[in-house]
Amino acid sequence: MTVEWGWFPDHADQMARLTADHLATAVPAVLLGLLIALPLAVLAHRVRPLRGFILGASNILYTIPSLAFFVLLLPVTGLTRTTAIVGLTAYTLVVLVRNTVEGLDAVPVKAREASKAMGTKPLRTLLTVELPLALPVIMAGIRVATVMSISLVSVASYIGYGGLGQLFTDGFQRNFPTPVIAGVALTLLLALVADALLVTVQWLCTPWRRGTPRQRTSLWRKAA
Amino acid sequence: MLELLKNLLSWLTSPAQWSGPEGIAARVLEHLEYSVLATLAAAVIALPIGLLIGHTGRGAFLAVNLSSFGRALPTVGLVTLVFLAGGLSVWPVYVSLVALAVPVIITNTYAGMAAVDPEVKDAAKGVGLRGRQVLWQVELPLALPLIMTGVRLATVQVVATATIAAYVSFGGLGRYVFDGLAQRDLVQVLGGAALVAVLAVAADLALGGLTRLLFRGRPATAR
Repeated sequence: MTVEWGWFPDHADQMARLTADHLATAVPAVLLGLLIALPLAVLAHRVRPLRGFILGASNILYTIPSLAFFVLLLPVTGLTRTTAIVGLTAYTLVVLVRNTVEGLDAVPVKAREASKAMGTKPLRTLLTVELPLALPVIMAGIRVATVMSISLVSVASYIGYGGLGQLFTDGFQRNFPTPVIAGVALTLLLALVADALLVTVQWLCTPWRRGTPRQRTSLWRKAA
Repeated sequence: MLELLKNLLSWLTSPAQWSGPEGIAARVLEHLEYSVLATLAAAVIALPIGLLIGHTGRGAFLAVNLSSFGRALPTVGLVTLVFLAGGLSVWPVYVSLVALAVPVIITNTYAGMAAVDPEVKDAAKGVGLRGRQVLWQVELPLALPLIMTGVRLATVQVVATATIAAYVSFGGLGRYVFDGLAQRDLVQVLGGAALVAVLAVAADLALGGLTRLLFRGRPATAR
């Protein structure tokens, strides 16, 4: 397999456009997923009878293949970017919901009780005590969801919104490996950069955890 | 919408659709063949590596980062690349599916091993067990539930992704999806997609049942 290095500078514009396209599908999917997952997870955490149902439902969404997802949505949303975003959103839910519930579960009871004892209302306790303490585990979920979404966007190239995935189709049809290599490399790079950005955000958001590198391993374990 | 569902139902239930080498039954079998072989191959590769990393504690960095890399690697790109490099054979399908499953199994196996209480390991050593005995008699049994979770996750992903076989002109349930897309036959596309989804859920439930059977009567150490 020979790589034509000259292809890269010639197609810099196309690669930049497709990368922007890629992000325009992946980023809204994760944000939308977060918007749906947070209330669901709080509900699953607070109302025990609903817990099994919410976790089970998000698990089932995950077992539906991404390609099938896009296709199943076609009659509803048509050949639009919405189809790709909604499909990816459904995919992020399993990780986001599960990690948020786990994060909330891991908040020390004493912290919650102390907040209650000080007369803080439940919603305020959630926003100022529970969610910040659960943040590391939630962020681990967001990182996984982001990397997964970035990788899965290429599947949406079958419906024309695959971002860098267009390069795979292009290379495949012309029997020309160079764009495929570019597509794979850029997807990996994008995922890596996004992950590094999220780590930085987490570091900035959780000043109380700094200087304890050993905790990082437990965070990773949650992500697995 | 209702019309579409009706057509889909008649597509799925017509006897002619189920028989013959192009029929649903044959496609399901092909799909299962790709999925089962790929998952088994991945398990054979990943389990020893995961156990070794977990037991020795060396290469933990590799194990945790591998999962990120595995999730980021676009399967469609990989299958295309191996196909362009190696030509028309079933190899690209297996390479991509195995590459998808290996990181998941390694990471979960490692996570299971790492979650074993160090005091339990010390106790095992204290009563005179050697390194290998600790691995087989203490660590592995305790880590098994999480290892099974990894195998289960990997299986679901492989079944869901085996549609790529059709992308490089092989069979399986992806055939209906890709042919349907090419022919603008939405009913066929939906039928194929629904079948894959059902197969993935069924595989998940089957492995879940198997896990429960294996660990019946055991206290829940880890999920």
